This record gives sequence, structure tokens and C-alpha cells, in this order.
Amino acid sequence: MHELAVTESILNIAVQHASQAGAVRVTQLNLVIGQLASIVDDSVQFYWDMISEGTICAGAQLHFERRPATLKCLDCDQSYVLDGALTDCPNCHSVRIKVMMGEEFFVESIEIEAASDLAKATV
Amino acid sequence: MTTVTVVEKILSANDRLAEQNRARLDQAGIFGLNIMAAPGAGKTSTILRTIKALAPQITIGVVEGDTAAVTIDADKIIAAGMPAVQINTGGECHLDAVMLGGALSQLPLDRIDLLIVENVGNLICPAAFSLGTHANVLISSVAEGDDKPYKYPNIYRGIDALIINKIDLLPYVEYDLDYFRRGVEILNPGVTAFPISCRTGEGVESWVQWLMGKVNKSPVASNQVEPA
Repeated sequence: MHELAVTESILNIAVQHASQAGAVRVTQLNLVIGQLASIVDDSVQFYWDMISEGTICAGAQLHFERRPATLKCLDCDQSYVLDGALTDCPNCHSVRIKVMMGEEFFVESIEIEAASDLAKATV
Repeated sequence: MTTVTVVEKILSANDRLAEQNRARLDQAGIFGLNIMAAPGAGKTSTILRTIKALAPQITIGVVEGDTAAVTIDADKIIAAGMPAVQINTGGECHLDAVMLGGALSQLPLDRIDLLIVENVGNLICPAAFSLGTHANVLISSVAEGDDKPYKYPNIYRGIDALIINKIDLLPYVEYDLDYFRRGVEILNPGVTAFPISCRTGEGVESWVQWLMGKVNKSPVASNQVEPA
């Protein structure tokens, strides 16, 4: 979908948190993206390389942790992992289903080099 | 090397602006509705039918989202006697909270009871961006086929009501309404569905009743204030 808008948001979040932490460089971003969030990793990486240039995040690696979609049947309490296509409950075939996991879409953490790290390295 | 814990939703900036939009609507006593659908499902036709059913009892403000620089839809709403703003997203595939915020500033909020936002025709992207409206409605038309919930699941998950438009075409097309509704049930159990035809007017009354129930429940503030 709109990977450019998404990548811009990721960059804004990373720059803001990196600045607050006194970073001179961001080396890695750890992103958590559920299977149900329609985001294509390669597209985000493509835009990232372009828009992070000239910022504190230039050259940072994007690490995607993909979380599987886990569903729960509201009738028989069976939990199951979505495997490709949409299905009813594999146990009782009810269609009353709740998404328990798989819609995550957040920046979990960033790896930075702080000014103090560099000072240590030169000692 | 230091690890900084962030845990921030990627679209949190949009979510914050959506909350501001919600506050503006609440303060003005307006119920906000976000209508999403594929291109050609009948979004504008449904809005026009809704205006026809509810005017002049209530004032409906309309925000029209399109990717191209056209005012075709807004012109139709204004011709129907209601205030409208056209947002041209310049190629973006969805409306976001920033765009809606800008549009709200151009509408006479003090005399609007119901705000209808017609999102960009698209079944994927609008589902991800909150606008600050109170309810999301999806229009799916018979002409699109009965497999759409299976192919575009995300948009069905977040909706408060579903309109199935163009039911006057059912005798002429291969469309299995049970198969369609089963797909919807898996994604959004118990969601209210309104089969309608904008062409004949069939079913529109039930939809309008549901909508008015929501409008009447929304907080009233400035609309009730008499001018000094």
C-alpha cells in the first residue's frame, strides 16, 4: 500500500527518539509488523534507503520481526494460526472469530551510537 | 552501541491528529462518518440518497476525497444543497487525518449535524489511516463480485456497518450473497449489513434509520446554542 507514507513515519519516530537519547548515529531499527498489516518489507527498505539519506539514520539497517496472525474462535475457544487464506474455525467451523495477534505495526527499539560511545572508543 | 526502547505505533502521528479531529467534531456536536469503498461502488450515490432522505431535517457536511484534481463529486453535493469540500490527494491512495483536519476548517461546523467523509476509492489503504470520525462504513457493490471479503480482508475488519449496493443487479449477475456474507462474518462477526439499491431506492430507509440513530446519540454542543 502506501509504503512511502509509512516509511516517512518510521523515519520521524526514529529521528525523534535518537535525538532524545543523544545519538550521533542510528545503526539499526527493530520493527514489529503483524502478518495482517499489509506492508511489503522490500518496499519499505527501498524508500528507507532514499529518504534516510542525509539524516542521523542514514545507513541504518531495518530489521523486520513478522508476527503471525493468530485467531481465536469465540464459540469453542480454539486458537489457531492463519495459514494463507481466510478460514472458519478448524475445530467447530464457526465463523465467529476474533483476531488475537497479527495487526502489530510499531517501532520496537532502535540501536544507536551515542556521543559517549564514541568517546569511549577513542580512549 | 546502545539500544533505545521505542515501542511507538508507526502511524501514531496520524492517530494523534485523528484524535484532534474527533475532539473538533465532538465539540461541534457533529457525528462523523467515514465511507470507504472501491471505485464505482456507489459512494457518492449513497451520500446523495442519504441527503435526499434526511434534508432538510438535518444539515450534512461532506468531504470528498479523490486522487485527481476534480470537483465532480463535491459539485453534486453542493447541487443537492449541502456544504462540501473536495480534497485532491495528489496521487495519495487514501485520506489521512491531516487532510481531514484541513477540510474541517473549510466547513461551517456550527451548522452541520452529520459529517460524511467519502474516502478515496480503494479497498486497501484507507483501512490503515484513522481520520477521527465516529464510524466506518464500507460499501461493497454486487457488481464487484462476491469474493471481496476474502480478497480484501483488512477493510472488513474495522467497519461498523456494511452497505451492499446495487442489489437491483442480483438477477443479472453471478453473485452468491451467502458466500459473500459468510466471508464478512468471519472478519467482523455480527456487523450490521444494509442491502440497498441507490438506483431504485430499495433498502435505503433502513440504512438512514441506523444512521439517524447514531446522529441522535452523538453529543450536542454548539449546535444547540442560540446566537446572541
